[in-house]
Amino acid sequence: MTKRTIAKPGFTAVLLTGMLATALSAQQPIKIGVIQPLTGAFAASGTYVTNGARIAADEINAQGGVLGRKIELVVEDNKSNPTEAAAVAEKLIVRDKVPVLMGAWGSSLTLAAMPKLMEYQIPMLVETSSSDKITTIGNPFVFRISPPSSVEAIGFAKVIDQLKIAKADFLVVSNDWGLGTADQFGKMFKAHNITVGLVETMAQNAQDMSAQLSKIKGSDADTLIVTTAVEQLTLIFKQAAALGLKRRIITTGGSQVPDQLIEQAGGAANGSSHIAFFAPWNPELSADPARARGFIAEWKKRGYPFAGLTESFRGYDGIRTIAAAITKAGKPEAGAIREAFWNVELTGLGGKIKFAKVGPAGKESGQSVCNVYLVRIENGRVVVPKG
Amino acid sequence: MDQLLQHLVNATVLGGTYALLGIGLTLIFGIMRVVNFTHGELYAFGAYAVYWLVAAAGVNFFLALPIAIAAGLVLGALVEVVLLRPMRGADIDTTMLVMIGAWIVMQNSEMIVWGGVAKSIPTPFPETPLVVSSISVAWLRLFALGIALLLIGGTYALINHTKLGTAMRATFQDRDTAALMGVNIRAIHTTTFAIGSGLAAAAGALLGPVFLVEPTMGDLASLKAFAIVILGGLGNVTGATIGGFVLALVEEMGAGYISSGYRDAMGFLIIIVVLLIRPTGLFARAERVG
Repeated sequence: MTKRTIAKPGFTAVLLTGMLATALSAQQPIKIGVIQPLTGAFAASGTYVTNGARIAADEINAQGGVLGRKIELVVEDNKSNPTEAAAVAEKLIVRDKVPVLMGAWGSSLTLAAMPKLMEYQIPMLVETSSSDKITTIGNPFVFRISPPSSVEAIGFAKVIDQLKIAKADFLVVSNDWGLGTADQFGKMFKAHNITVGLVETMAQNAQDMSAQLSKIKGSDADTLIVTTAVEQLTLIFKQAAALGLKRRIITTGGSQVPDQLIEQAGGAANGSSHIAFFAPWNPELSADPARARGFIAEWKKRGYPFAGLTESFRGYDGIRTIAAAITKAGKPEAGAIREAFWNVELTGLGGKIKFAKVGPAGKESGQSVCNVYLVRIENGRVVVPKG
Repeated sequence: MDQLLQHLVNATVLGGTYALLGIGLTLIFGIMRVVNFTHGELYAFGAYAVYWLVAAAGVNFFLALPIAIAAGLVLGALVEVVLLRPMRGADIDTTMLVMIGAWIVMQNSEMIVWGGVAKSIPTPFPETPLVVSSISVAWLRLFALGIALLLIGGTYALINHTKLGTAMRATFQDRDTAALMGVNIRAIHTTTFAIGSGLAAAAGALLGPVFLVEPTMGDLASLKAFAIVILGGLGNVTGATIGGFVLALVEEMGAGYISSGYRDAMGFLIIIVVLLIRPTGLFARAERVG
């Protein structure tokens, strides 16, 4: 009797604590780690991607969240610096205990964070990086929705005959992204009998590219392929104009933010072409026009610059893909989410998202394909080709 | 040949602002024995001041420049009075730590106030460059060079032909004797730091419109300024001027004829060579000791 009277409240307490814990965890949001460059050389792009991600998260939460719980983005700044990218990846995994990550914008930043994924067995959705290395070095925790440089080169090859390029020079940022692009585009050009001339590089924080452009001015190529983010592109267009460099300029990588270029580089950007992955100037071209229109409207409503849309859709698509994976996994656990990524199928703003296996057998990474557009800047306006 | 001339023109245009950056830093080190880590932030401050005046307040570009430089002078004086004056007599390591702290605080303040996204300063100069045969140069950069040379000349005149300059030089040579001769060392220190900071702000105000304005822009500028000062000899104004032009020339030629990927490394390569041959810098004078 005495035994029972003591045991009863004890048992109830345990039961209550258990119920309370379950109730609490059901209310606690599911954390998603986001690593982006919010300061430093790539600050503009990283900020746009993060804002796009926030819109996706708010939209998902407004519709009831994932698995009956809200999602919460834990955003960390990698300062455009690979060392920081690895450090914040570890912080998000160890301290915030996130079961899945999105990041880290630049290829060198993503590559620096990748060993942490292996170490802690946490999957990461790569939304922007384009170095082929990311999905070919054998990291089975990586799932990428942005096109690698080789895929971008294949997409570009479709329009290359119309451009009638005889010889092209390269000016690329000296990191995995830029050097990878020069390599992949160079191969594709050679296959199309286009001569590759100079391959000039610039540090990612360099502001004066006059020396490289002066050298390029002395070359007999008809086209200049430039790979870097909008900040450096702005300077390159201004400096090329100041040097009287009259040449067709084509930029790659989808991080050109053409409207910001027009605003900051002015007339210097006229006549240039840009490889983009989302065309907000004509949302009807998107894989999901209705959603694209909704996203653009929400972006404007929040007071963000229209220019940022070519970058922010990546964050939006990325978070939606992660949410779809968590739903498929049925629980917010790293291992289950990683498995679920392989079964995710959804229509993003940038194209249909479905991961195919690439890289060494047994350690494959996931790679999805994305739309590729070649847009032009004419008289201070962006012109999108139809279809 | 055309390409070589173009490289030389580019180097000259860049060298003027490099020299301006170097002079400011070398003055402060020479006279105060303070390694000024906030130099790059004063540079960024000058650029942001012009941006704010022109883009937000709608002030005329040519009027914004002197206002930004004056604001740099005031900010420099403030840093000296608040942070460095209480540290007088402390060893160089302690002041260095204080200045590193100030650098971090200033850079993060810029980030909070302006955000991380780069800004572009509109200017009244035409987009079409000045073209002479096959050499082109932007009007804005020519203007920046002109103003830089004017400021360098002004600093020279101030140091060599004014009473204040004489007092500054006396403090540089021997602080204690100068004090005994009636030089107000406190005022000299504040003035020197203000002038050095004003020159950094001027470099930022001139280069901000040429490049883009962003919170970390001071880091690279600071690094270059240190390189120039080491090249020219610590505390040597003539050395810093020549050092500025030498660094620009080496970077430009290195990028043009050797490898553009190593552009920023070229300057440091030259520093290693100079330090091996002349450890006190190219133009260092013998310093009086004691």
